[in-house]
Amino acid sequence: MTNTLHRYSEHYAFEPPPNPQAVNNDFIVFAMASRGLNDDELVQKYRTFLRLALKHNPVNIGDATKGGTLRPQQALNPTAHWKRDQTADAEEVIAGIEGHTTVAAVFDNYDDMEAFVDEVKDAQLGISVNISAPIDAAERCCHDTGITRHSVEYSLGFCGRVDRLPDATTLELSTMCGHGMLSANFAMKMVDWVKENRRSPAQAARYMARFCTCGVFNIKRAEGIIEKVCNLNRQDRSGG
Amino acid sequence: MKIDADKCVACGNCLPVCPMGAIHIDPAHNRARINADECVECFTCYRGMSKEHLNPTFVRAVRKTAKFFRFRFDPEPDICPTDAIVPEELRWPRVVRRAFSDPQVPHESTGIHGRGTAEVKTNDVTNRVAQGEAGFVVEFGRPGVGARFRDIERVTQALAELGVEFESNNPVTSLMTDPARGLIRPEILNEKILSAIVEIKTKLDAVPGVLNKIRELSRQVETVISIGVSTRCGNAGEEPLREILAREGYPTYRGKTNLGLGRVTTMQNGK
Repeated sequence: MTNTLHRYSEHYAFEPPPNPQAVNNDFIVFAMASRGLNDDELVQKYRTFLRLALKHNPVNIGDATKGGTLRPQQALNPTAHWKRDQTADAEEVIAGIEGHTTVAAVFDNYDDMEAFVDEVKDAQLGISVNISAPIDAAERCCHDTGITRHSVEYSLGFCGRVDRLPDATTLELSTMCGHGMLSANFAMKMVDWVKENRRSPAQAARYMARFCTCGVFNIKRAEGIIEKVCNLNRQDRSGG
Repeated sequence: MKIDADKCVACGNCLPVCPMGAIHIDPAHNRARINADECVECFTCYRGMSKEHLNPTFVRAVRKTAKFFRFRFDPEPDICPTDAIVPEELRWPRVVRRAFSDPQVPHESTGIHGRGTAEVKTNDVTNRVAQGEAGFVVEFGRPGVGARFRDIERVTQALAELGVEFESNNPVTSLMTDPARGLIRPEILNEKILSAIVEIKTKLDAVPGVLNKIRELSRQVETVISIGVSTRCGNAGEEPLREILAREGYPTYRGKTNLGLGRVTTMQNGK
């Protein structure tokens, strides 16, 4: 599962611009146990991990088997079309953990991520913890928290039929659900709806977040991307 | 997956939701239809959409009236109003579509939800990739294109000729009839999936050669390939892989960093 590895940014454009814009609002910290090695009291370990995360203002948390803080709603009534509950429910994520899974917390700034990592280190949960983010930011976080990183994995981007990929803005949005559950067509529809003033960027981001089945969709970053493309008329660079 | 024609009201909400674009409104019947050959059984339409369970006759009447007056109703875009999307029982070989497309289904071969293994995410306790080694995750079909196993086999066969070692616990490896030759079970070669990950391990000095081969092979397939490469760091957190990749001209902006906080605890606790 490489679900957060290939989040698209200008650095991975087929022809990258000379000075690609740094991604400074998207940091994921996730935890994963190994069967038979460190999965004792697993539910408690995962819940502790997410409770610690909640102290540092995550924009989303998730359980890979159940979803994030915004999930599909199975029994809406027609009033939802006018007044829908869009409240993120972190407690549902924590209470729903039943066993083996991957739990993740998404932060929109470095400081919150670093403070959380520092606290997770001190908690000594014994499960594997990873940062999925710009490599330099993760390395800096390790340095600042006194951690010696164990292993690294680099995203090298896409090759092959890149002509079949959508535009850069759509890729930025859709690859935030690394499992591919957020369709490019739906991301484009949401951007169009914001352009048409049918929905706000915050509402559009929340619709998209519900399709991410592991809760690593960065709702704040999505809002920013949509605002930028709709308000500033940004020129898309081809993802392919 | 199928659409229940008795329930569907042709609202069109499910069309853009499908990651493969496999749903359309059939003009002859005015109902949504799923192209079974393109559908990868990811369950996004069924599970990802919210539901209202409304009476289809009532909804059709409202829609017909609004359409007559050219009114544009502005409904929530992620709702199936009549719960018309219905999963079908999947049989072999179609069942592999769901196994590789729906991340909420754990693979029997790995016990892990998702399409690959734990890679280096648990390397601090599994020691899967050692210092001086490189682990590759070669993912086919993502983002949003999908892939057929025949394309994957084209690449695994060529990689096998290079003498690489396929990860034994990987779901794709478990479907190989001959891992030494990279051959995949013939009956699934035409099955389309959202994505599949091939995992291999080499020595670090083989990284440029393997990457060049994958690049070369990527021009022969009908899908996109995303590549990740990993290694274990030294005692001070240093690693030589980034320099190798930079020398070869690959971007290394983003990645995963295993913090080394994992440890074997089950023995300590008497298990």
